[in-house]
Amino acid sequence: MVTPTMTTRTTARPTASRQVIPPPPLHVRRARHLPTLLLVGAAAAFLLPLWVMLAGSLKSMDEIRHGSLLMPPLRPTLQAWRQAVDALAPGLVNSLLITVPAVLLSTLLGALSGYALAFSRWRAGSRTLSNLLVLAAFIPLQLFIYPAVLGLAWVGLFGSLAGAVLAHVVFGLPLTTILFKGHFEQLPLELLRAAQIDGAGFARIFFSIVLPVSMPMCAVVMLLQFTGIWNDFIVGLVFAGGENQPMTVQLTNIMGTTFGERAYNVEMASALFTAALPLLVYFYSGRLFVRGVLSGAMKG
Amino acid sequence: MRERMVEGLFIAPALVLTLVVFVGTMVWTVGLSFTSSRALPIGHWVGAAQYVRLWNNARWTASVENLAGYALAYVLLSLVVGVLLAVLLDRQARFENAWRTIFFYPYAVSMIVAGLVWQWLLNPVVGLQSLFGGAGFAWLSNPRLAIYAVALAGAWQSAGLVMVIVLAALKGIDPEIRRAAALDGIPVWRMYVSLLLPQVRGALVAATLLLAMAAARVYDLVVAMTNGGPGNATELPAKFVMAYLFVRQNVGLASAAATMLLLAVALLLAVGWAARRAIGR
Repeated sequence: MVTPTMTTRTTARPTASRQVIPPPPLHVRRARHLPTLLLVGAAAAFLLPLWVMLAGSLKSMDEIRHGSLLMPPLRPTLQAWRQAVDALAPGLVNSLLITVPAVLLSTLLGALSGYALAFSRWRAGSRTLSNLLVLAAFIPLQLFIYPAVLGLAWVGLFGSLAGAVLAHVVFGLPLTTILFKGHFEQLPLELLRAAQIDGAGFARIFFSIVLPVSMPMCAVVMLLQFTGIWNDFIVGLVFAGGENQPMTVQLTNIMGTTFGERAYNVEMASALFTAALPLLVYFYSGRLFVRGVLSGAMKG
Repeated sequence: MRERMVEGLFIAPALVLTLVVFVGTMVWTVGLSFTSSRALPIGHWVGAAQYVRLWNNARWTASVENLAGYALAYVLLSLVVGVLLAVLLDRQARFENAWRTIFFYPYAVSMIVAGLVWQWLLNPVVGLQSLFGGAGFAWLSNPRLAIYAVALAGAWQSAGLVMVIVLAALKGIDPEIRRAAALDGIPVWRMYVSLLLPQVRGALVAATLLLAMAAARVYDLVVAMTNGGPGNATELPAKFVMAYLFVRQNVGLASAAATMLLLAVALLLAVGWAARRAIGR
């Protein structure tokens, strides 16, 4: 009887509930607002960093020096944003040039591999491979980085955009493969059987049946990969090379090079600018993102 | 026969990548940890000497100690806040999507940005400190507290993940259980502590495991927030590996450190696997 859901549930079964449940005692009725209060407090704490970034990025240094961190900008100015956009524009371009191909490739290859693993006739082999992929998805990148640097240098891709894309695709494949495999295994087998009887081959079934009905899953995986790759620091730092650094790496460079007083307003604008695209995508497609993270987390 | 070929083509990317890239590079790194390689991977075999040097290296032992403090604070804080939020949202049917969006958005923010924001918040000059009469928030300049400041930033990012995982599990519980508990007049908090949370222990174990593994490889956050300081107070193993690979040019020692990370993650996975078997899920 404490929340609306309980009430609807009990009224759905009127026979038992009416007489048995006593009216809630006073302290329970008073406590009814406690959850909401807690939620509001928690929400304020969680939103604080975002607010501080947004407000700070619109202030002048003078206002930051003399005002409080939490105050809204009293004389909003885009000065800091102009500087941040100028400084980070090359990083934005690099981030896009790395993220877009890496997301598309790691999703497509993950779908192919996941399909093969889900429907391969070589059961034992595909199970072993899947387990190895789960392990690979959890091992820290530090284990692979040095040999990967040597390997990419050997094929002449180290320190290039293509090298960073390749590294992202390889490091992302375990997760995308596992996600697609899990998804494909839930597809109705009759659909595939019928196609097989009609004479369609392994590849034909994939491209004309499995992939078209899996578009929502593709969206989920692409969303996860986009967020992960855009927010990546270590791959961009190590593999992209000096002129091709993505936004996250450039952001740390900006922070490190200011002499004298730190331009907090420019720093906040730069940080928000770097976080803007994943945040917009998240706020726009929150549910899909949650679904992706959940299925990714539960495979572990 | 043709069918088999096509199938092989499909399985090839997964097979080649897992075997060559992941297993191969991992074995390579572990192998390097037994050599005297410095800037180039051409050292000769030195047995376990790098491991002896590693555990006699003050920066490494400090990193391991810091990681223990970080992991404990980060995992506990994320779990407590995440579970609490999940329970609150489980009770609160209204605006659930909006609440969830707010608590989960930090997960979509890069660790670099998260580290920078929290660095400002805890900055003694412009941060929260100035709001509270200049006391209590100078964590980042205090060598004893700095690592917990980093853990706080990490938990801000991950609590939403715990919430999402636990909330999904709570929603999956048979509604009969809640109904029975409500009929018995069990207080709400008792219902969660003794009935519902034990039901979702599989999700709790999974969340704990994910957090622990995220803690073991944390790198970006500390680079953005403290860069290891003050002193060695927030140095961490993953950062140690990067420093000895690319700055100190000591591939052998870095590989030994990376191998320790691998052992830690393997141990966590084994513990998680055993825990899952123990609770029968």
